[in-house]
Amino acid sequence: MAKLGRRDRGIGPTRADRTPGHSGWVARTLLTTAVLAATSAFAADVIDPDTLKRLVHQDCGSCHGLSLKGGLGPDLRSKTLEHYDADVLTNVILDGIPDTAMPPWRPLISEEEAEWIARYLLEQEAQ
Amino acid sequence: MKHFILGLAATLLMTTAQAEPTATGDLGLVIERAKGSVLLVDQSDRAALARIEGLGDLSHASLVYSPDERFAYVFGRDGGLTKVDIVTRQIVNRVVQAGNAIGGAISDDGTLVAVSNYEPGGVRVFGADTLEMIADIPTDSKTIGLVDAPGRRFVFTMWDTGETWIADFAKGDPEITKIPDMGKNPYDALITANGRTYITGLFGEDGLTALDLWSDDPEPIRVLPDYGRGQEEMPVYKMPHLEGWALTGREFVLPAVGHHEVLWIDADTLSETGRTKTHGQPVFAMARPDGRQVWVNFAHPLNDTIQVIDSVSKEIIHEFKPGPAVLHMEFTPRGHEVWISVRDANKVMVYDTHSFEKLREIDADSPSGIFFTARAHRTGL
Repeated sequence: MAKLGRRDRGIGPTRADRTPGHSGWVARTLLTTAVLAATSAFAADVIDPDTLKRLVHQDCGSCHGLSLKGGLGPDLRSKTLEHYDADVLTNVILDGIPDTAMPPWRPLISEEEAEWIARYLLEQEAQ
Repeated sequence: MKHFILGLAATLLMTTAQAEPTATGDLGLVIERAKGSVLLVDQSDRAALARIEGLGDLSHASLVYSPDERFAYVFGRDGGLTKVDIVTRQIVNRVVQAGNAIGGAISDDGTLVAVSNYEPGGVRVFGADTLEMIADIPTDSKTIGLVDAPGRRFVFTMWDTGETWIADFAKGDPEITKIPDMGKNPYDALITANGRTYITGLFGEDGLTALDLWSDDPEPIRVLPDYGRGQEEMPVYKMPHLEGWALTGREFVLPAVGHHEVLWIDADTLSETGRTKTHGQPVFAMARPDGRQVWVNFAHPLNDTIQVIDSVSKEIIHEFKPGPAVLHMEFTPRGHEVWISVRDANKVMVYDTHSFEKLREIDADSPSGIFFTARAHRTGL
């Protein structure tokens, strides 16, 4: 239920102000999030590492490279990321970076999955 | 052992090649992105003939063909440039020319192969015979949208600085013409088959920017500068590709960015003639060679689907799901069939473009780009 509370917070002006002109999108995303959150409340303990690893390498890899060495997006290997906290990375994954090509993944994955990906990126073996 | 067998096969092939020449006109290569290999395929037989291994990281790879359709130059993500002989089915040369590459092109006379790089940002040009570097053109930016243009020229664009450069090799050393103000964050570009119009898609702002390469002093021409205004912008989980430009009759069709639609543009006036709403963020919008149909695939997470648009009515006439992660489509040169790579099914699927019937499935390891040798004779491919 705590997660569903997010919808009430998120639709407020704070977030919409950050991305002017995108409020419709934000609202839609958050609505999607609310639906996803409701679903993932049951699914929170079914993190599937293989699926998430595949997502990281194949889909994040569209911009960051299959081996995460970077492309249009920056290098995501653990050595490059080690100065960041997992929390910061989790938020970047969930909300993207405005005015860059990094999209918000919140419509597609749960917070738990984003946290798992952040930890996975930080803990990868040096390649 | 594998090398021994491949070597043996190559020797046998070379022997038989003397008895019976290999015609390459209906052959092609499929990139196997995870394995670092390419699969040699026969379009008429709808079959895989051989796998050629050892090409490095092919996660965003593409290739071009020599004018005689014998050699493929494969551009790997890891900066590898590999020359493959599809007659003997061997790698004949390979250089690692940069840290992080994105694509390449071959000059109209077939003597120069150019590669665009993210790291270090710029373009490097190699002799097609030896792969010796002939020119190094640093741009201080991630460099995208590299194409060949008539007159021994290459055209390319900078993601970070929004410039397009024309490198003219007609007199040996390259003469560079720089065109600033193409727009914010160009992500890819194409050149029309006649070599006249270069169009770059913009990620950082709405619309596209065109150049008339027949002009002595090409100026940026804004195309649809406000096509997305007032509409919700959707997240883009994969940048569209503009390679494989689509001309249908008198119009181009191009994927929109951040909007789930394709855009129709009059080829002469570069003004909008229509939009077709699509299933998701389009990645490729490819016209069948006759221009009658446009086939569209989509970004994650809707990348299991293809829609076919009729170019006269601009309406979707067919939709189907070939399987998980449809990455690329390649038409046979006259368009009667289309080959589709379905990465997570580990298959290339062949469809009839008139009946939409599936004709064949061919096993391939995480297939991505499909390239038929007929590309050898087309500007910009």
